[in-house]
Amino acid sequence: PAERSEQTQWLLAVRDQRDREAFGRLFDFFAPRLKAMLIRGGLRDGSAEDVVQDVMISVWNKASQFDPHRAEASAWIYRIARNRQIDLYRRKPLPEPELLQEPESSEPDAPQILAMEQEAAQLREALQKLRPEQIEALRHAYMDELPHSEISRITGLPLGTIKSRIRLGLDRLRRDLTDLRPQ
Amino acid sequence: MSKITHHIPEEMLCAYAAGTLPQPFAVVIAAHVSLCDACRAAVETEAALGGALLSGMVPATVSEDAKERLFAALDSAPLPPPQQRGSGIFPAPVMEALNGQPPRWKMLGGGIRQQILSANAEGSLRLLYIPRGRAVPEHTHGGLELTLVLQGSFSDCEGWFGTGDVEVASDDVDHQPVAGDEGPCICLAATDAPLRFRAMIPRLLQPLFRI
Ligand SMILES: [Zn+2]
Ligand SMILES: [Zn+2]
Repeated sequence: PAERSEQTQWLLAVRDQRDREAFGRLFDFFAPRLKAMLIRGGLRDGSAEDVVQDVMISVWNKASQFDPHRAEASAWIYRIARNRQIDLYRRKPLPEPELLQEPESSEPDAPQILAMEQEAAQLREALQKLRPEQIEALRHAYMDELPHSEISRITGLPLGTIKSRIRLGLDRLRRDLTDLRPQ
Repeated sequence: MSKITHHIPEEMLCAYAAGTLPQPFAVVIAAHVSLCDACRAAVETEAALGGALLSGMVPATVSEDAKERLFAALDSAPLPPPQQRGSGIFPAPVMEALNGQPPRWKMLGGGIRQQILSANAEGSLRLLYIPRGRAVPEHTHGGLELTLVLQGSFSDCEGWFGTGDVEVASDDVDHQPVAGDEGPCICLAATDAPLRFRAMIPRLLQPLFRI
């Protein structure tokens, strides 16, 4: 039976109980992966670690905004890290959409949360079936601080190939997800 | 709100999420996403993929005292400034661009008003107020123009745009938006180049208005 990911449970404990032990677990899982993401995005070791600290402090401070009906912990933390990474090379912070206000009384909708978690798990599974160069292209698009034109300059591939690879990767992901999802 | 039928093209949503769009476009997209469940879901799906990629990273070595330093910083770290709230027809990203103040309209003639929110090498961002049934002077774009309807509606050669809809007009579009009959139309418009009006007089006035 599918269950909430451990990471999401830790993040909920941080959100609802300000649980420092759970926060430590989130750090143990995400800090080394965030650091790897930031290093491949072009940061040096020391600055990558500083940014990881910033991101984790934001996770602590913004935990009240986490909504497990709409995101898994990894997606929510990725977005914080990605926006921080973008702020470092943009002159202005990226404008963000207005936060959705949850009605105070709303009870957690367990089936909806589970469905979210399942989709996320299926997405991770689908990712593992991609060819390495497709995953590489996706990492370029989702983790590097590079516009698409820069990607092609660095890898020496024509832009069309990069774009179609990203496209293919996403299409394949989507198809796999659709196959898995009962209609 | 009427049902939104004109959305942000997917490639543009990706570029927004990657932070590679000029600021005026990014504000329009953040404002549309604030109003549009479909595009919000698309942005969140992108984040789900980003999260899956993040989870799959080969972990890097973090220095031994990093966790200790983090816990020491937790209580002393300054809280993030509260996010700007939306107000009336203006969603939060527009209020942010307005610095939290209501718009200060400038008359453009013919009852049309505007407030320029930013104008620089990256492009321009402005609010437009078009009285019911009135037309914005016919113009072409040096580049791309995104127009988000915040109140009322307008129509042009590309179709009908209601509240929440966004029109993406490329440089070959030569159009003349006309506000609907239900009342004044208020839009948020971004270009990556100055607009060029076709009629002689508006062209002469253009430097004055920086439209
Ligand atoms: Zn939309
Ligand atoms: Zn136009």
